[in-house]
Amino acid sequence: MIELYVLLGLMIAGAIIAIEVRNLLSAVVAVGIVGLGLSIIFLLLKAPDVAITQIVVEIAAVILLIRATLHRDIATKPCSSRPFGGFMAVLFLGLAVVAGILTFDGGLNPFGEPLMTVSEFYPLNAVAGTGATNVVTSVILDYRAYDTLGEATVLFTAVVGVLTVMRSRGRTKEEDLQENHE
Amino acid sequence: MNAHMPYILCLILFCIGIYAVLSKRNIIKIILGVVIAEYAVNLFLILVAYKAGGRAAIFSTTEHIAPQSMVDPLPHALVLTSIVIGLATTAFMIALAIRLYGKYGTFDITRMRELRG
Repeated sequence: MIELYVLLGLMIAGAIIAIEVRNLLSAVVAVGIVGLGLSIIFLLLKAPDVAITQIVVEIAAVILLIRATLHRDIATKPCSSRPFGGFMAVLFLGLAVVAGILTFDGGLNPFGEPLMTVSEFYPLNAVAGTGATNVVTSVILDYRAYDTLGEATVLFTAVVGVLTVMRSRGRTKEEDLQENHE
Repeated sequence: MNAHMPYILCLILFCIGIYAVLSKRNIIKIILGVVIAEYAVNLFLILVAYKAGGRAAIFSTTEHIAPQSMVDPLPHALVLTSIVIGLATTAFMIALAIRLYGKYGTFDITRMRELRG
């Protein structure tokens, strides 16, 4: 699994560049590196469905981020720290490391040995139960179809929210009156 | 090499995202930090699901594939949902950032005076 470590190192380097580079457009492109590396890692870890979704979503996210930064790619100031920023960063990074050590010491299986007590059911029964040869599809669209319905609801809500926030002007009183009159 | 090595690299990626969220002034950098942390969490769930020498969770009509040799399909399905929801929240954050830029003329959060708590 040496490819996995190479790609993870590339992702960490891309993330550091994205956070520290001055030019915003370069930062967005560096995040694109992280996302595409992630999709190749998904392929290596035998998750083709997730890899395809990740590529599509990554491209859409990068396009949106470029839309936000285009014509505004002003370099960030050198002294770009904020009040209490360093203190908060140390506090929360310390908490994350402590949580990681606790997780690694107790309970977490070594890499390559998944805990299959619950999900053993799906590969054994998917074909007979749902007729889908792809087990992931059978989980998404049959066993946990309500999750997918909720996902579609969240997506719809987000689209409505984005359209509401991005609308360039609100309705005027005259328009409302006119509509009531009709 | 330590058996938890991929998890540790994944934790480092998560920490980079958290650091950006907590200490950067530029709102686009904060959004990038959220996106990186979200990638790290998705990656962690897929890493947990991996079985050494396992196959993708897809049956074939021409070849017999034992169900016991497959990687864990449940985290794959959940991460698929999580990725799409991540895109939705990212799009909403970007819309808010563009709006804030239109109102204040800057991405610097310390200069958005009326938002001071």
